[in-house]
Amino acid sequence: MPLPGPRRHATSTSSPTGGSTALELELRDVAKRYPGQREPAIPGLSLTVPAGEICALVGPSGSGKTTALRLINRMVAPTGGDILLGGRSVLDRPANELRREIGYVIQQIGLFPHLTIADNVAAVPRLLGWSRDRIAERVAELFELIGLDAGEIGERYPAQLSGGQRQRVGVARALAADPPLMLMDEPFGAIDPINRTRLQDEFLRLQQLVGKTVVFVTHDVDEAIKMGDKIAILRRGGVLAQYASPDEILRRPADAFVAEFVGADRALKRLGLRSVADVALEPWDGVRAPEPSIPRGANLRDALSELLGTGGDLVVVDDHGAAVGVLTLAAVSALIGDDRDDEHDRHGVGA
Amino acid sequence: MIGAVAAAEPVIPTFGGGGGRSCEQANELFCWGWVDRNWSDVLWPALRQHVELTLIAVVIGFAIAFVLALIAYRHHWAERPVTIVTTVLYTIPALALFELLVPVPGFGLSRTTAEVALVSYTLLILFRNTLTGLREVPAEVRESARGMGMTPRQSLLRVELPLALPAVIAGLRIATVTVISLATVASFVADEGLGTPIFQAINNDVFKTELIAAGGLAVALAIFADVLLVLLQRVLTPWTRVRAG
Repeated sequence: MPLPGPRRHATSTSSPTGGSTALELELRDVAKRYPGQREPAIPGLSLTVPAGEICALVGPSGSGKTTALRLINRMVAPTGGDILLGGRSVLDRPANELRREIGYVIQQIGLFPHLTIADNVAAVPRLLGWSRDRIAERVAELFELIGLDAGEIGERYPAQLSGGQRQRVGVARALAADPPLMLMDEPFGAIDPINRTRLQDEFLRLQQLVGKTVVFVTHDVDEAIKMGDKIAILRRGGVLAQYASPDEILRRPADAFVAEFVGADRALKRLGLRSVADVALEPWDGVRAPEPSIPRGANLRDALSELLGTGGDLVVVDDHGAAVGVLTLAAVSALIGDDRDDEHDRHGVGA
Repeated sequence: MIGAVAAAEPVIPTFGGGGGRSCEQANELFCWGWVDRNWSDVLWPALRQHVELTLIAVVIGFAIAFVLALIAYRHHWAERPVTIVTTVLYTIPALALFELLVPVPGFGLSRTTAEVALVSYTLLILFRNTLTGLREVPAEVRESARGMGMTPRQSLLRVELPLALPAVIAGLRIATVTVISLATVASFVADEGLGTPIFQAINNDVFKTELIAAGGLAVALAIFADVLLVLLQRVLTPWTRVRAG
């Protein structure tokens, strides 16, 4: 299975499916205080998710990440601050209307058991009063997008689908009205690890196509690193500890909490974000056998594992199997060392 | 066995009809001849009235219980009082309730009295089942309905009530069969339904044929109504029959 290379999110925010554009999401000092509780659940959260980016919202339990997510579509009513979607406050209009414009995916998915898969996907367009033809067209389009056979799956009921299929349908349903913003609350949390990886990869591929602004809640740092263009780490008490790119967070954790949360293996995790192609390779002399080899698209974490495993250098090969250079342990550690000294922050976006 | 022999009678062209009379006079187990002669004047009208009594009671009972269930679904505090009242109604012995209602002004020996009593027996079952059906809608389903922008009303009509249907229909089945059975006793206060021929038979030295015919019709009606409701459920809730594929 090819490993996903470094990810680039869509620079264009218009969806190829001909719908709305992605919109920037801005949280301005958003607070949630429950009556009768001394400490606020969210004391005041500010962060901006640029249009078309995935923000992974991560934190330990009790950090209020799900509450923060639910404030955005007003499933939980904020008690302070403002939330702007595309520069417009979400607070000054009926919550129902707002929610129809925001895709929402929860861990338990919540497909309607009494509706066929096609009708589940059509739910929001129906609420929006789309014509029958337009809905049918959109549903067909979405089935293609998520790679499910409309003829085979469309007329089934949710109980007849596997967990992975249900999760894909959940995403399709959330995308149905082409919302400019998607909120996903541990969407793959209930899926077994192998299928979770597949769904993550699929979602990233999908995101390349649709380019939505996404807030993705997870408790799993590795998932956050994989899915997020940026990661917002919340600490207990709903306080934002750090908001930066995965690379930045792994390289320069803001404090001891973040360092501990991302794990002692953060150097390795960072390597997981890079591919062999990012390293300055030694030239291949053309003499030595092109073995053992590693594809240039492989991520550096796997490459390092190979290097340590084989105890020698690796010949890097391109997509056609032709040798393009040699990867040495020294080159990998030099890359880590370079970064350590790097004054200029390449990914460099602070909170 | 005697009944089985007699049963052949109306099918075979008879010789004058005298044989039937002797069957009745002997009060044999079952005389088809009597049924044949009394079908259009006694049994059929009684059956029709019985269906009417049942339908009216179930429809009115369902309307009341449904509204009460919706109220209790939205407002938790309403559940207890409704449960208490409907349970008390349910536990009053049927005969006692009929007799209690007769002296009430406006009731007396009338169909109204019978219906009020019958309705009161449907309430607990229909209320409980409807409320349970609504409450058992999975939380994540309600959450996703709300999260996609359904109003509470849309969620109720498009999601929660459809999902509560199997429980609602299960309640209707029990209530209907109960009412069909109880409506025979209702002829104490209203001279209607299959109870009339049953009481007539009892008063007539326990005339077996009439007793069995009317009682059998009540049983058949109950089974028929139950099957009808099962079929209704199959048509209305196709998703309950699918299995993971």
